[in-house]
Amino acid sequence: MKLTLHVWRQTGPNEAGRLVTYDVPDASPDMSFLEMLDVVNERLIERGEEPIAFDHDCREGICGSCSLMINGVPHGPRRGTASCQLHMRTFQDGDHIWVEPFRARAFPIVRDLVVDRSAFDRVIQAGGFIGVSTGSAPDANAIPISKAAADRAMDAAACIGCGACVAACPNASAMLFTAAKVSHLGFLPQGQPERMRRALAMVSQMDLEHFGGCTNYGECTAACPKEIPLEMIARLNRDYLKATLVARD
Amino acid sequence: MGWALRFYRSTIGKKILMAVTGLIWVLFVIEHMAGNLLTLKGPEAINRYAALLKSSDEILWAFRIVLFVALVVHVDSMLKLTARNWTSRPARYAKVAHQTSSPASRTMRWGGVFLILWLVYHILHFTTGQVHPDFSHTDVYRNVTVAFQSGGKVALYGAAMVALALHLYHGAWSMFQTVGANHPHLEKPRRWVATAIAILIPLGFITVPLAIYFGIIG
Amino acid sequence: MELNANIPSGPIADAWETHRFDMKLVSPANKRRYTIIVVGSGLAGASAAATLGELGYNVLCFTFHDSPRRAHSIAAQGGINAAKNYQNDGDSVYRLFYDTVKGGDFRSREANVYRLAEISLNIIDQCVAQGVPFAREYGGLLDNRSFGGAQVSRTFYARGQTGQQLLLGAYQALARQIAAGSVKMFTRSEMLDLVVVDGHARGIVTRDLVSGKVESFAADAVVLGTGGYSNVFYLSTNAKACNVTAIWRAYKRGAAMANPCFTQIHPTCIPVAGDYQSKLTLMSESLRNDGRVWVPKAKGETRRARDIPEAERDYFLERKYPSFGNLAPRDIASRSAKEVCDEGRGVGETGQGVYLDFADSIQRLGEDTIRERYGNLFEIYERITDENPYQVPMRIYPAPHYTMGGLWVDYNLMSTIPGLHVIGEANFSDHGANRLGASALMQGLADGYFVLPYTIGHYLATSKPGPVDTSHPAFRSAEQDTHTRTARLLDIRGTRTVDSFHQELGRLMWNHCGMARTADGLTQALERIPALREEFWRNVTVSGGPDHLNQSLEKAGRVADFLEFAELMCRDALDRGESCGGHFREEHQTADGEALRDDAQYAHASVWEYRGEESDPVLHKEPLTFEHVALAQRSYK
Ligand SMILES: Cc1cc2nc3c(=O)[nH]c(=O)nc-3n(C[C@H](O)[C@H](O)[C@H](O)COP(=O)(O)OP(=O)(O)OC[C@H]3O[C@@H](n4cnc5c(N)ncnc54)[C@H](O)[C@@H]3O)c2cc1C
Ligand code: HEM
Ligand code: HEM
Ligand code: SF4
Ligand code: F3S
Ligand code: FES
Repeated sequence: MKLTLHVWRQTGPNEAGRLVTYDVPDASPDMSFLEMLDVVNERLIERGEEPIAFDHDCREGICGSCSLMINGVPHGPRRGTASCQLHMRTFQDGDHIWVEPFRARAFPIVRDLVVDRSAFDRVIQAGGFIGVSTGSAPDANAIPISKAAADRAMDAAACIGCGACVAACPNASAMLFTAAKVSHLGFLPQGQPERMRRALAMVSQMDLEHFGGCTNYGECTAACPKEIPLEMIARLNRDYLKATLVARD
Repeated sequence: MGWALRFYRSTIGKKILMAVTGLIWVLFVIEHMAGNLLTLKGPEAINRYAALLKSSDEILWAFRIVLFVALVVHVDSMLKLTARNWTSRPARYAKVAHQTSSPASRTMRWGGVFLILWLVYHILHFTTGQVHPDFSHTDVYRNVTVAFQSGGKVALYGAAMVALALHLYHGAWSMFQTVGANHPHLEKPRRWVATAIAILIPLGFITVPLAIYFGIIG
Repeated sequence: MELNANIPSGPIADAWETHRFDMKLVSPANKRRYTIIVVGSGLAGASAAATLGELGYNVLCFTFHDSPRRAHSIAAQGGINAAKNYQNDGDSVYRLFYDTVKGGDFRSREANVYRLAEISLNIIDQCVAQGVPFAREYGGLLDNRSFGGAQVSRTFYARGQTGQQLLLGAYQALARQIAAGSVKMFTRSEMLDLVVVDGHARGIVTRDLVSGKVESFAADAVVLGTGGYSNVFYLSTNAKACNVTAIWRAYKRGAAMANPCFTQIHPTCIPVAGDYQSKLTLMSESLRNDGRVWVPKAKGETRRARDIPEAERDYFLERKYPSFGNLAPRDIASRSAKEVCDEGRGVGETGQGVYLDFADSIQRLGEDTIRERYGNLFEIYERITDENPYQVPMRIYPAPHYTMGGLWVDYNLMSTIPGLHVIGEANFSDHGANRLGASALMQGLADGYFVLPYTIGHYLATSKPGPVDTSHPAFRSAEQDTHTRTARLLDIRGTRTVDSFHQELGRLMWNHCGMARTADGLTQALERIPALREEFWRNVTVSGGPDHLNQSLEKAGRVADFLEFAELMCRDALDRGESCGGHFREEHQTADGEALRDDAQYAHASVWEYRGEESDPVLHKEPLTFEHVALAQRSYK
């Protein structure tokens, strides 16, 4: 299949970037989107030009590295699918495809399609954990956890930290990411002791990183490769409200 | 007090304030709309109702202050959050394809601004009377029946009601989410309640002007 | 060099306990004074860095990823083993120990394996306390599944994302220490050299992948948890960035490399589709619990799978290994698949594939149960192949997956360079010649959470490393080497891309040092690799410069190391004149095509010492003794 790509090229955080057009005469429908970019890059290198920089690693939709804005949708048109799991068969012969980086003030561009998502790490560092040191744990079956609770915790824990929620949100809000972690730990008995301070700490870090606020657009869930539900955001709001009222520290 | 300040400073805190103040206004418009419908029963009904509302200054002003403060808080949060949200993505996308967000959700801000401007006019129109051709402080019935002879006025109010409908369609759904009143099996009823509010309230409001314009009453 | 495994004397059951008591401790006040470098933030690296931080050491942790959470461990699907015996099906520490030694085809160190089995119990406790959402039964207790090479259900899992959940647990523990200030995290920062001062590992040289800045870091001990080298085959189930650089650099600085030829080929991966293929996707082994593996009996079968009647299907694993059937260990399952494909009975366009059929279990258990168990794996498969495995059988083929070989370490996980410790897949590990499913996560976490934090303390307390800083000439010269090497790569400006070299090397290794190996195949490879390496340094083209994010430069450095490492791998494979586990030498097989070990000559770990560019590496042997698990021909029939 024949395609025309419009790819964002930018040599550094402070350089001006622009969309550059590339023709792909011979993409195969069975290629993954990243393999298609590999082919483009191989040709660029052979011509002595610099390849398009993009983050990727596992190519199995689990590491959260890949982060492409494809035709105005993070990770492209296919729901619940990361860029690396998107296959060319989802496009038509002759399509024009726009490829841009995830954009947000909190995700500065490093180069081309590569952005700095370390803000997410700092949100987790603020409280996205359970404070147990190695060796201090009781037997794993000491605390029974209902299957339902474990399953819902898993639904939330499935987040791969890709940042598509931020990229999709008109406000560049990180609510879905933060809510996913707060909910994952909040569903489990082990997560209760720190639950209130966790919500307060993670939200204030999230605000510090200058992500936008949530106005409940719902674009984040639609773009999320793991389809983390909006309900998680409601849970975060609830925990935050509760923490403010009961845990006035 | 530190906790209160932190709450107010946080994005979630402000958003919750918007939800609560928004709710106050929702309750008010319900009451107000119901009251207005008395106009259809004729002068006595609505005027007696209006008089009743004004019978005690204390209650009336307490009521006005609550509404006013709520609106100020609502708008203040809106302005602060909007300022933040508009700067949280300095570089725009060349191509954006919205997937789920409703037009209603994307017009909250401008729709809201229009509402507030209209509201100022509305109060000068029916409460204080400055913009009213011949205003009576006691005869609400006459105030409205006179006002809505003009198609222009009806159109203006119609426009306001459309803005209100949009605002409530997202707002009345959104506020549950914001205060965390959500659960998978609450999802449907929420949407349903919000839609009902968004349709019935503006509809109820606009019947009076229309009825007057088309000479059914007055 | 003399190899001392430092295995504690006395009965194996209390070896670790006694050893822990015998080890010297570092007083809390002194811990703060020691700086430890941890390279890698996968399961092994992150768990080690977090635990060392908790203990009060001053930790510097490095990863070339943009976040510790991206480490390749995240991709592990199936599960993690532990001898909890929650299912009451006769499991025990001793059985896990026994299965692992046997599964490793008697090429691992008994004492290490026993410790691993013991510690497996604590790992699950630790992870649950961290909030890892393992699968549970309705009663609220932990669920288990069975996994290849075992007859008990001892595998704990979190849907098909066990590695993700375990890594996030370790990542969050690490995040907690970063916030506490005990661990300093360096992301997008790649270790390019190890610095050895007076025979002790005292630091590393890194390249900041964003700025290109080459920097040195000094410490009192260095830990490598840098993962496996399956990508020497170019196409593997490993993440694209997995590479051998860290351990290869350490090898060239004097750390011995053990059993490099012990690589594992995973039986259940999605077959190659085209030459643009950039990696292979694993379908978790757990699928073999409910899927039946088969090929048509007839060569050149053209009918669709569903149209082939039972009678004309060959369920070859069930036929050849009645007791284990579809759950036969990986090496055996992989080789059997290769055999039937070589016979021309393979399926799919390329003929390089066999069916993994769920029709029966869907009938038996219903589609919902199957979806509950494997939903996300089926989705992955459907996304990639555009086929719906609920209706048509999956097509699978073996692919390089795991590397048992790695840097040699003693019982304390210390390499032949004092102070250099190696954990996780990067060391030559406890898996001998073949790793059982769900045992790598166990080993990575055992090393990181429960072994290294003790043993490294002992090293520090006994060797009392004196002060050094990065102004030391050893650091200067290592930095210089790195600069020169980078400059060289950029100056060649030849005509061939890095990937094309990597692909050619991969094909070479897959054909001659893959699932089945022969003396002359390996000899050929040993001739062609140096030629390819020579061309690489003459004709590779790397665009861009040294001082910005330059992904082709990163790749170039890694492939250059693979080109050197591949040679040692083939050398080791050629030297080992027996078949064992993942290492199958066609000259050495039983009448019915099973791996034929030669315990008389090869019951040892092959440990290679670097002797400089010019001279060949020297082979040392660590003899392996088996006092508890009697040496026996592995049989899964
Ligand atoms: C698809 C797949 C599925 C698997 N499923 C299972 C399973 O179900 N059960 C099981 O037990 N095992 C499984 N395994 C094996 C297991 O996942 C790995 O063996 C294990 O996760 C390795 O962990 P690690 O910490 O040793 O290395 P990794 O997780 O690979 O971490 C390596 C770390 O080192 C860093 N690093 C490497 N080199 C450098 C350098 N030069 N400079 C700086 N940083 C560096 C990387 O950035 C990374 O952080 C699976 C493997 C694959 C490929
Ligand atoms: C077609 C629709 C509407 C009509 C005909 C209408 C009519 C009136 C009238 C007649 C009054 C004067 C009542 C009195 O003085 O006793 C009034 C007051 C008021 N209306 Fe409306 N209204 C309409 C819609 C709205 C809406 C949508 C809002 C809010 C969003 C609103 C907010 C107010 C307020 C704040 C006052 C002042 C109450 C007070 O403090 O006295 N009105 N309206
Ligand atoms: C008059 C000026 C007003 C402005 C500028 C304004 C603006 C906004 C904005 C920007 C939001 C945020 C949307 C979101 O976050 O989802 C909002 C929410 C809301 N508004 Fe208004 N609004 C105004 C008046 C009103 C009135 C009169 C009502 C009720 C009749 C109302 C009810 C609500 C509700 C219920 C919400 C939902 C809060 C939430 O999402 O949690 N608003 N408003
Ligand atoms: S919530 Fe979804 S979109 Fe956001 S980071 Fe997690 S996985 Fe990505
Ligand atoms: S899109 Fe943005 S506004 Fe909230 S619901 Fe999702 S974060
Ligand atoms: S590359 Fe790992 S999620 Fe896409």
